[in-house]
Amino acid sequence: MSIFVDENTKVIVQGITGGQGRFHGLRNRDYGTKIVGGVTPGKGGTDVDGIPVFNTVKEAVAATGATASFVSVPPKFAAAAILEAAEGGITFIVCITEGIPAHDEAVTYNRLVEEYPGVRLLGPNCPGIISPGKCNIGITSGDIALPGGPVGIVSRSGTLTYQALHELSQQGIGQTTCVGIGGDPVPGTNFIDCLAAFEADPETKAVMMIGEIGGSEEERAAEWIKANMTKPVVSYIAGVTAPAGKKMGHAGAIISGSKGTAQAKMDALREAGVFVCANPTEAGQKMVEIVRAM
Amino acid sequence: MDLFEYQGKQYFSRYGIAVSPGDVADTVEEAIAVAERIGYPVVVKAQVKVGGRGKAGGVKLADNIDEVRLHAGNILGLDIKGHIVRRIWIERSSDISKEYYASFTLDRPNKTHLGMLSAQGGVEIEVVAEENPDAIAFLSIDPVRGLDIETSRRWVAEANLDEVAREQAAQILVKLYECYTQGDCDLAEINPLILTPDNKVHALDAKVTLDENASYRHPEWEEYRATETEDPREKMAKEKGLNYIGLDGDVGIIANGAGLAMSTLDVVNQVGGSAANFLDIGGGANADVMASALEVINSDPKVKVIFVNIFGGITRVDDVANGVLEALKRVKIDAPIVLRLDGTNAVEGRSILAPHLNSKLVMEPTMLDAARSAVAFTK
Repeated sequence: MSIFVDENTKVIVQGITGGQGRFHGLRNRDYGTKIVGGVTPGKGGTDVDGIPVFNTVKEAVAATGATASFVSVPPKFAAAAILEAAEGGITFIVCITEGIPAHDEAVTYNRLVEEYPGVRLLGPNCPGIISPGKCNIGITSGDIALPGGPVGIVSRSGTLTYQALHELSQQGIGQTTCVGIGGDPVPGTNFIDCLAAFEADPETKAVMMIGEIGGSEEERAAEWIKANMTKPVVSYIAGVTAPAGKKMGHAGAIISGSKGTAQAKMDALREAGVFVCANPTEAGQKMVEIVRAM
Repeated sequence: MDLFEYQGKQYFSRYGIAVSPGDVADTVEEAIAVAERIGYPVVVKAQVKVGGRGKAGGVKLADNIDEVRLHAGNILGLDIKGHIVRRIWIERSSDISKEYYASFTLDRPNKTHLGMLSAQGGVEIEVVAEENPDAIAFLSIDPVRGLDIETSRRWVAEANLDEVAREQAAQILVKLYECYTQGDCDLAEINPLILTPDNKVHALDAKVTLDENASYRHPEWEEYRATETEDPREKMAKEKGLNYIGLDGDVGIIANGAGLAMSTLDVVNQVGGSAANFLDIGGGANADVMASALEVINSDPKVKVIFVNIFGGITRVDDVANGVLEALKRVKIDAPIVLRLDGTNAVEGRSILAPHLNSKLVMEPTMLDAARSAVAFTK
């Protein structure tokens, strides 16, 4: 099984007529994802390589029965696009947009929680989600993932997500689902959401968790793992050598004072019984070892 | 982006938050002109983005023109923890009966805003939080609902601010929250917020960090950007759309994606080396971006070797390979280059570079191998 999406998930692409939306939307369709429509205001009635385009999410949902949306629009319009998706009846929203103001993210997140409690947002500023062989929403290259499980991956970073997939696939270890939660300060989906879903998924036997400096999501995840997780977790935290006070690329990746250091996160995870590794390769090897011993 | 104190105070003023009358000066003459205009006594304050300037002699009281001349002369050019003072802020000195603390920031775990208010201001809030956490009144604010004046009034009472200060403080907090949200701040902090002997409340200091993702709706931030980045390479990288942070080591780093770039720093460290920089060329990097990145690193005299670590996703490895060749044509790069290329079109990328490999252009199969090979060049 997979988490959040599967081979039956019907997806629309908001911003499908833009460069990125078109490129990734078509790539996702080529992978086998059921991309059933697109939305661009003012371009309703046209199509993108055979994919029908609608003016609004509501129209797209009514015509196609889509339940998921891939939001690929510029930062200025992203918050409104996410809320339009929720209002239009979409229940799983993936937003890859990078550069959304933090205050917009905070308002959008809380409006979703308060007004659309059944809706899950993944991202923003994330690579998306892939359930190998079933569904790929976002920018991950499908060819580095291997279907069949048994590993679930959750990660805050894009390229490190690819690295993690690569390390496992190369050794013939497949994945159930790989979720990139994104590197922004207010992620719609966090580590715990994914860990809980993997814990509940019978086909996922072990989880790889890739974190990075900044915030305290890894520490909270460690607490959750200690209390609830029965499956083995292997972790790698990026940014051991990052200096304090500098944003390391991601808006959320910053050590302020003594908060958010990689060391504190690794200590918390180790204390929760997680196998903490020094680099992505070591984490991959550890996971291969665990899976082969099962 | 962190603002200087004077910029923070000017930013506060936009939202109607009272600050001491004052102005900036870049020379002793300008400092004297400001002091003469606003009246004595004045405080002369070094404008640096680092704490502890008072202890370093960067904040002085002046009662007359001679003292302004003396202190302004001493403070301009002063080195405070590696920050040279180029600009000073002159403001009317305030009598203080009480010092409070107030700030707003994002509460990441709870995904709400967090207000912190304390009757014990003037010192670092981290110290208060550690030694006397009950002295801080925390307020969780729903970003959808915001902060209203009634809540603010309850909050100042809960924080035990002096009775005479409460109404003014409550009004200031609502304005500070507006500044924080409408002004797109990551942090808006007043420390200290003071009560004067004549029962007036105003901001004596200003610490503001702006969210650069919101710069598209704040054209007024342009002037803050002009006084920003000191490091010439950081400036050069920014102009080329690269995410560069200078560090102290000798291994130049180029990677795609923030996570992989951070991880590259870590791996170099694990095999006994030290990174000269963090450089994320971002997703979808092409030949031109790669060439620019190599140029930026090449301009750093500390760099003994350049480690290019690419995992192609949207970025295509063949584009990266062409970028390396392009850069080698465009600029003379003295340092050896070690490459690790994986992901989208890796086979094509590797074969583009294969005929050009030599003792100073090396390709390694994995990230760890490449890190070891790069660090070996520095020994």
